[in-house]
Amino acid sequence: MFVKTNGRYSNTKSLDAFTNFLFIVPAVTIFIIFYVYPFFELFNLSLYQWSGIGPKTFVGMRNFQELATDKVWWLSMGQAGYVTLIALTFQNALAFALALACDREIRMKRFYRLVFFIPPVLSEVVVGFLWNWMLNSGTHQGHQVGLVNNFLTHIGFPQLVHDWLSDPKTSLTCIAVVHSWKGFGWGFIMLLAGLQTIDRQLYEAARIDGAGSWRLFWHVTVPMMVPVIMVVVMLTILGSMQVFVLIFSLVNQGLVYHTDVPVIRIFSSMWGTNQFGYACAQAVVFGISLVAVSFTLKAFSNRIKQV
Amino acid sequence: MKLFLALLCGLMLAATACGCGQSGKEANTIEVWHWMTDRQDAFEVLARKYEAQTGIKVKLALFAPSDAYTQKIIAAAQANILPDVYSILDKKAIVAAFIKAGFVADLTDAFQMDNNAWEKSLFTKAVDVNRFVEGNVDGVKPGIYGVPIDVGSQQLLYNKTLLRQAGITRPPATFEEWLADIDVLRRAGITPFVSGFGELWLIDCFASNYAFNIMGEQKVFDTFRGKVSYTDPDWLRVFTIFKTLHDRGAFMNGIVTKGNKLAEQDFAVFERAAFTFNGAWSVHVYRQMRPDLDYGVVPLPVFNPALPMVSWGGAETSLVVNNLSPDKDKAIAFLKWLTAREQQVFLFTHLYSLPVNREAMAGVPENLAAFSRVMETSTHPKVWPVNEDPLVSEAFLKGIQAIIIGEKTPQAVARDVQLVKDRQIEKASQP
Repeated sequence: MFVKTNGRYSNTKSLDAFTNFLFIVPAVTIFIIFYVYPFFELFNLSLYQWSGIGPKTFVGMRNFQELATDKVWWLSMGQAGYVTLIALTFQNALAFALALACDREIRMKRFYRLVFFIPPVLSEVVVGFLWNWMLNSGTHQGHQVGLVNNFLTHIGFPQLVHDWLSDPKTSLTCIAVVHSWKGFGWGFIMLLAGLQTIDRQLYEAARIDGAGSWRLFWHVTVPMMVPVIMVVVMLTILGSMQVFVLIFSLVNQGLVYHTDVPVIRIFSSMWGTNQFGYACAQAVVFGISLVAVSFTLKAFSNRIKQV
Repeated sequence: MKLFLALLCGLMLAATACGCGQSGKEANTIEVWHWMTDRQDAFEVLARKYEAQTGIKVKLALFAPSDAYTQKIIAAAQANILPDVYSILDKKAIVAAFIKAGFVADLTDAFQMDNNAWEKSLFTKAVDVNRFVEGNVDGVKPGIYGVPIDVGSQQLLYNKTLLRQAGITRPPATFEEWLADIDVLRRAGITPFVSGFGELWLIDCFASNYAFNIMGEQKVFDTFRGKVSYTDPDWLRVFTIFKTLHDRGAFMNGIVTKGNKLAEQDFAVFERAAFTFNGAWSVHVYRQMRPDLDYGVVPLPVFNPALPMVSWGGAETSLVVNNLSPDKDKAIAFLKWLTAREQQVFLFTHLYSLPVNREAMAGVPENLAAFSRVMETSTHPKVWPVNEDPLVSEAFLKGIQAIIIGEKTPQAVARDVQLVKDRQIEKASQP
């Protein structure tokens, strides 16, 4: 509590407080203008029926009521969840395995680090077009045009040749795999950095106590890596739920509704069917869902740390 | 010192905020926003020429691709910072919203000046795309609100070399002939058809052309008005066209997720398919991709011989004048100059775009002229008296995708689309 001793001291304190306040003004202002205000404006617009231009009609919560029964929207949420699940498992397991490999004294580990970090720095459009060509299912004069189908034919598995991106059974999985391929480098770098911060003496002490490689991994590496793993998991979820450009460059406007994810539905409502108000309602629901997931993970992470 | 630094931060933030405003427009300058990357150089040449002739500078700003441009225009309209000349690449209802909001100038007087001289010099169908007629459903004051700068239509293109290889001597005129050709091509190991059906508007053009051919314009519009169901036998015929083509193996694998650029490569660069469905701009694209490509252009094969095959066409690109611009008259004069014969010949020579000015058509090569021959019988959503609800359109196009991949039957898609239609009609009737 502030104790007032004399006027001069009080003035100095007030001036200090004012000065400190001035320092945070730019950050707070930017935060309010670019984060807080847009969210409230987004919510405000979600209460209107509006084509994006001209007059708006206030409809209250009707957009949200409609959204609750919009099957395509919930399907898109489920599909984003599927992409996220693949990323969480396949992508992060791969990233962790490669990080563990590069953390050891293996030959050319700097080269591997560089190579594994190439996909994340490539543009999603470039990755999309690259994989589009690889997964091309067309034929020319009896030969497979796409690299994957061509390879399968050449190694003696022509029965596995498939219309990868235009078959509802495989299109979303292909998208998830390409997304994981593009994203695993981030996890790799973060997990590798985490592994390198683990004190080597812990391993030596455990070995002296008779622990083998498997026990070292489960009882030293994993517990020490929990904070990093949680960050990677959180970033994977947020990044995968919002996948958008990659889908556009792989399947254009989508394969029926089988490749739609929430961001694509929001984009489609806004620019395809000119339902700006509805798109804002979708954005609000999606944003709140992501915030809820983040807080849940944060709470989960805190509990694990306590354990 | 600490206080000084803090104040400096505050001042910098304030200065940044002040700098966010729009800078003042240069005097005697017309600002044009467009999205056509391939035309920027040619437009720059014309802008310099216009400045030399009139002393008025034309400042061109390019925002590509077209999706980003559309977003830019809507955001600029919301912020009231639209340029003097721009384009609205959107549905007619959105164009109407721009007009009603006062962002688009009525150009009727300019077009009708000197006994309609400007209007008469241009293709009527291209001007019609920018026209709102008496009693239009959008409630816009009748008039002409845009200037077409080129024309085009969507047609069936065929690779003469591949057709010859399969022993086909002439392009199909009827749907039955086309199916027979598809069978012959399949037997010869040639993929019959590719198009950028991953871009839904191409499916829309293809399906609309057949809908008009099968049931005529009136019935299509009555469907949009809710008087005819999508489960009507004529609509089932439209859906069945896609199923028939799928069942006969006409479509290239992956066609439903293929972008038009890749489809253009398949047709022109690699010659992987005998037929494609594309617009007039493709002549320029193919010329760049493969100058020696031997191909021809015909309308889609007729399904119902009792009615004409109406092609989706008209103005390919239209520009509008900002009604709030202080240089509105200068902008109109510039657009009039841009559509004059000399400038249109220049654009055609450099870009292979089909001139909107009839007098500039002399010297246009055969494949390009084929796109203009159907101009007077073409149709376009912007000239229709009524348009389908966008959500119904989405269900319609996604449904056709489902037919193409063999996931749904035409009957199932018709039912699904009608369900969405009924829901939208019910929604519209609610207060």
